Amino acid sequence: MNITDFLLMRHELLLTAMVLIMLLIQIFTSNDYNASYFAMALFFIITVFGFVPSEKGEIFGNMYITDSLRVLMKNILNIGVLIVLFQSGEWISKPHNEGKRYEFYLILISTLIGMNFMISAGDFLMFYLGLEIASIPLAALAAYDKYRTKSSEAGIKMILSAAFSSAVMLFGISLLYGTCGTLYFSEISPQINGNILQILAFVFFISGLAFKISLVPFHFWTPDVYEGAPTTVTSYYSVISKGAAVFIFIILLFTVFKNLISQWQPIIYLLAVLTMSVGNLFALRQQNLKRFLAFSSIAQAGFILLGIIGTEQTGMASVVYFVLIYIFSNLAAFGVVSVVSEKTSKETIEDYNGFYRTNPKLSLVLMLGLFSLAGIPPVAGFFGKFFLFSSVASAGYYWLLFIAAINATVSLYYYLLPVKAMFINKNDTPIEHIQSNPTAKTALIICVVGLLLTGFAGVLFDYITSLSFGI
Amino acid sequence: MIQGVPLQHILLLTTLLFFIGVYGFITRKNLFTMLMSVELMLNAVAINFVVFNAYLFPENLQGHFFTIFIVSIAAAEAAVAIAIIVNVYRNIRTVNAERINEMKH
Repeated sequence: MNITDFLLMRHELLLTAMVLIMLLIQIFTSNDYNASYFAMALFFIITVFGFVPSEKGEIFGNMYITDSLRVLMKNILNIGVLIVLFQSGEWISKPHNEGKRYEFYLILISTLIGMNFMISAGDFLMFYLGLEIASIPLAALAAYDKYRTKSSEAGIKMILSAAFSSAVMLFGISLLYGTCGTLYFSEISPQINGNILQILAFVFFISGLAFKISLVPFHFWTPDVYEGAPTTVTSYYSVISKGAAVFIFIILLFTVFKNLISQWQPIIYLLAVLTMSVGNLFALRQQNLKRFLAFSSIAQAGFILLGIIGTEQTGMASVVYFVLIYIFSNLAAFGVVSVVSEKTSKETIEDYNGFYRTNPKLSLVLMLGLFSLAGIPPVAGFFGKFFLFSSVASAGYYWLLFIAAINATVSLYYYLLPVKAMFINKNDTPIEHIQSNPTAKTALIICVVGLLLTGFAGVLFDYITSLSFGI
Repeated sequence: MIQGVPLQHILLLTTLLFFIGVYGFITRKNLFTMLMSVELMLNAVAINFVVFNAYLFPENLQGHFFTIFIVSIAAAEAAVAIAIIVNVYRNIRTVNAERINEMKH
């Protein structure tokens, strides 16, 4: 392995090195108060290194592929993880986490390694390994609060549904192997001719992957896991894990299953309609903010599917762009919810009545995040949704556009409920003033800057579009 | 490849095995039995890979390799799942899936 190969897979190698360094530090230090600072510093360096330009290439006999679009996807995930790490400081420094602070970061970074391998996979074996490295430790993270009932409940629901979904997906892969005789993406795609067995395999495969993105009707684990897991882990689930799954989903649909496009478009159409509608309808009646954000993230996944149905390059670019904006907006919302729930353990919407009077800055950040999720113009979320909708329109699916527009309107109602609670509802005993710690503040500032700027950076969208032609 | 046993028979067996696993996962209430059902599904997939490899594409070994990885990852999965089940038992004093219902819609 020479230096160019190293540069090609630098994301994974650097993250592995980070895991090893953290393990060594853990061995040679007596306490773990500084774990979060070490993790943040190391990960910040890795994020910066990720932006070093690199070429396209294939190593390990075609099992590992990388190009500019994949590198961009990994960088987007890195930015999201950096924000999550900044937010985690508050929760991890609590006394009940003493003695297991390093483990949290070790597990978190290992799942990120898995996601990076998954995005760069060049054959189904690598893809499966990446997926499992990304999903098994995540269950351990969900059950991280050992003595809290809800947390272990979330963990068991996560691991069983993850195992079940990967078994379903593997069955699809095995049938695909039976028809094609190879596992390499580049060799499979010309051999796909749409015979019955291949379509069956595709359906199994898609249902397994839909579990990971939590598309309706494969979403039942999502709200429980999101509510039960520690808030930091929930924000990791809802943006990073979902974002990585969406990225590989779109890569596979447009490379391996390209010949099945007339078969998969109706499937995705149906999934998009179901996901948007069911996610929205359930979000309407949620009182717990974490559960509310879980259903809103299901609905957002439905919007993401719109871009996949749309025309190829612009659709792909709009999905990547939307995920970037989604990371900022969801992490802004989760950041505030996490700070409040760590300090006061209040999570319902009613608790936020009169929040603006005591915590004007936090409530403004939460408002911006929710506005962006709803897609209200000055914030970035509007542009993300706009590009998704326009890619559907250019593909000519006007009914789908109509349903999506209705759903966007419905979502406006429930996203404004917490905003109304914070700014308008009266409350004699609002949540007292919260002094969040500096790293959490930094995370929120990054999110707000991202929310306000990415929408107006037209260069960014053009850049992503130019990369999307490479796939 | 086994003399006298056609590919179709083995595929029928693995498909049956897979759906018995799905059925068990959906109907069983004990967490350990649910985990065992998942293992059944994974084993069906593993046999599928080996059989396709041996009968249809004996010139390379990709199916066999995949099976080895499936088995080892299934072991890792079971380790994490059982650890979590033990933790659930400590907190809730039950491994019955129906009674792990603190969170509901």
